[in-house]
Amino acid sequence: MKQKFDIIESRCVPLPLENVDTDQIIPARFLKATSRDEKFFGDNLFRDWRYNPDGSLNDKFVLNDPRYSGEILVAGKNFGSGSSREHAAWAIAGYGFRVVISSFFADIHKNNELNNFVLPVTVSEEFLAELFDSISKDPATLVKVDVPAQTVTNEATGRSEKFELNAYKKYCLLNALDDIDYLLQHKEDIVRFEESR
Amino acid sequence: MNTLFDKIWDSHVVNSIEEGPQQLYIDRLYCHEVTSPQAFEGLRQRGIKCFRPEQIFCMPDHNTPTHDQDKEIENEISRKQVETLKKNAEQFGLTHYGMMSPDNGIIHVVGPEKGLSLPGMTIVCGDSHTSTHGAMGAVAFGIGTSEVEMVLASQCILQQKPKSMRISIEGQLGKGVTAKDVALYLMQQMTTSGATGYFIEYSGSVIRDMSMEGRLTLCNLSIEMGARGGFIAPDEKTFEYVKGREYAPAGEDWDKAVEYWKTLRSGDDAVFDKEISFKAEDIAPMITYGTNPGMGTAIAGTIPAESEISEEGLESFRTSLDYMGLAPGAGVLGKKVDYVFLGACTNGRIEDFRAFASIVKGRKKNPDVVAWLVPGSWAVSKQITEEGLDKVLVEAGFEIRQPGCSACLAMNDDKIPAGKYSVSTSNRNFQGRQGPGSRTLLASPLTAAAAAVTGVVTDPRTLL
Repeated sequence: MKQKFDIIESRCVPLPLENVDTDQIIPARFLKATSRDEKFFGDNLFRDWRYNPDGSLNDKFVLNDPRYSGEILVAGKNFGSGSSREHAAWAIAGYGFRVVISSFFADIHKNNELNNFVLPVTVSEEFLAELFDSISKDPATLVKVDVPAQTVTNEATGRSEKFELNAYKKYCLLNALDDIDYLLQHKEDIVRFEESR
Repeated sequence: MNTLFDKIWDSHVVNSIEEGPQQLYIDRLYCHEVTSPQAFEGLRQRGIKCFRPEQIFCMPDHNTPTHDQDKEIENEISRKQVETLKKNAEQFGLTHYGMMSPDNGIIHVVGPEKGLSLPGMTIVCGDSHTSTHGAMGAVAFGIGTSEVEMVLASQCILQQKPKSMRISIEGQLGKGVTAKDVALYLMQQMTTSGATGYFIEYSGSVIRDMSMEGRLTLCNLSIEMGARGGFIAPDEKTFEYVKGREYAPAGEDWDKAVEYWKTLRSGDDAVFDKEISFKAEDIAPMITYGTNPGMGTAIAGTIPAESEISEEGLESFRTSLDYMGLAPGAGVLGKKVDYVFLGACTNGRIEDFRAFASIVKGRKKNPDVVAWLVPGSWAVSKQITEEGLDKVLVEAGFEIRQPGCSACLAMNDDKIPAGKYSVSTSNRNFQGRQGPGSRTLLASPLTAAAAAVTGVVTDPRTLL
């Protein structure tokens, strides 16, 4: 959903697994919807980890652990690998996450998050390890993501890092604009390009 | 600089946004039923039309059943998704190859087959395996649904230009070592994130010697190393494959096209952001044991011991083997197999069926194995019959199904039951990929055939 970003300060949900693929974020059988109903996708986020095969809640999975909550998901490296399904980004947004922190994101998924106003924040391995440690010691650990300043801070330890975000995307996030808005303003350039080939 | 990737990419840049992405012109957009409905809905909400409808081709493949395609799809939600694509194509004036149309099949099999994917093009689809079309010498990559909407609306997307990587493989592949094994070997060596941020150009004698079908398989799996795409500079094999296909240029246009296509190669002075080389001799038939495609081993090898895994990766490794019901340090040969799947955009082409038939010919399917043989398109299906492969397969106890993505991601009825082992020629062994609880061992069509006749994981070289 288009929404303006500024500063987000929140508790975190930790998922210290590597190579979390988009089939886990939203299994294929939930891709049959023909509308962008974020609530439906959010309800099925991490479906097969969140629920037991009989449909009951899996108490061991972090989303079902009442100690953890917040708008920030913290995940192990290579988050969002595999299928290009944007439904994974819709599920993350639909569940209520606005930021995903990891040391490494898969390319397509990263773009999908940005196109859905979920901010992927890439941090160093050290920052990530320390953050998992802080959250495991104190689930109430707060993280501050300052989009204008492009900084992420673990408030338990005070450790702060700058994260990458290109100037164009930053402008889009701060002003709730998407790429289609840009492209529709540049139709003449496209026609000119076609004619020049 | 001066790589083929640079040449194709740069010649499609309409605008470069300062400190931002580039506006890239797209020659071809493919749409399937799963990742397009919300994009069309977006156009309706904005009240706009498709900008270049003649450059867009639609076909259902993910939900299609692999039997009784002449009847209505039983699953109501699948049916609705397939019908929605047809309606959207009609409303926006796009070409649509519906179920049972002789042109239908898996989008990444049909595109090259019809001459829709050509050298030098930029090609996208809401599907990560769009990298397949790179085998034609095109820059092809998967995108999300918002990006599909961008292309529908403007025939462009905004993208950061990926870095370039060259993977060279020199030497000669051994007997029974296929393009699929090369890809599985690369994934094991590179890991599933080893090429993230890059676009790969494959080169070397192994690639030159590889058939077009093999190249399509190799490029298909580029995404499994994290790469946005992978491609191969077009050569005589490419031209020969393209010539005469329905949408290929013809007559004078053909000569002009070939003249241009011959210029599509990296310069001798090309500088890649990364260069890696491998030796053909090091590659054996491969099989995966874990829950990502990088978790593979030579078929006669062993699963790594825990001591070989990094501390950060240990939890994921244990979760993975636990799911697979396999032990660290163990071998995979001789493991009982319940299902065999031949097909998908990875291995659903004629050469894959020839390979499978070469092993099962004169043998019988193991009675304990359920085998699903799913051609990648109706054109492949037709060729199977024309070459008489159907007789060989049926005689050995196999049945050929109707085309579609099928058990690769089990969006139709072709689901591997929980706990069962499947030797699959598809592209992903993720948890639940082939159905909730399914356990996938990725391998080549030869290895799949060997498993199908013996009922256990078998080195295909022993049956050749």
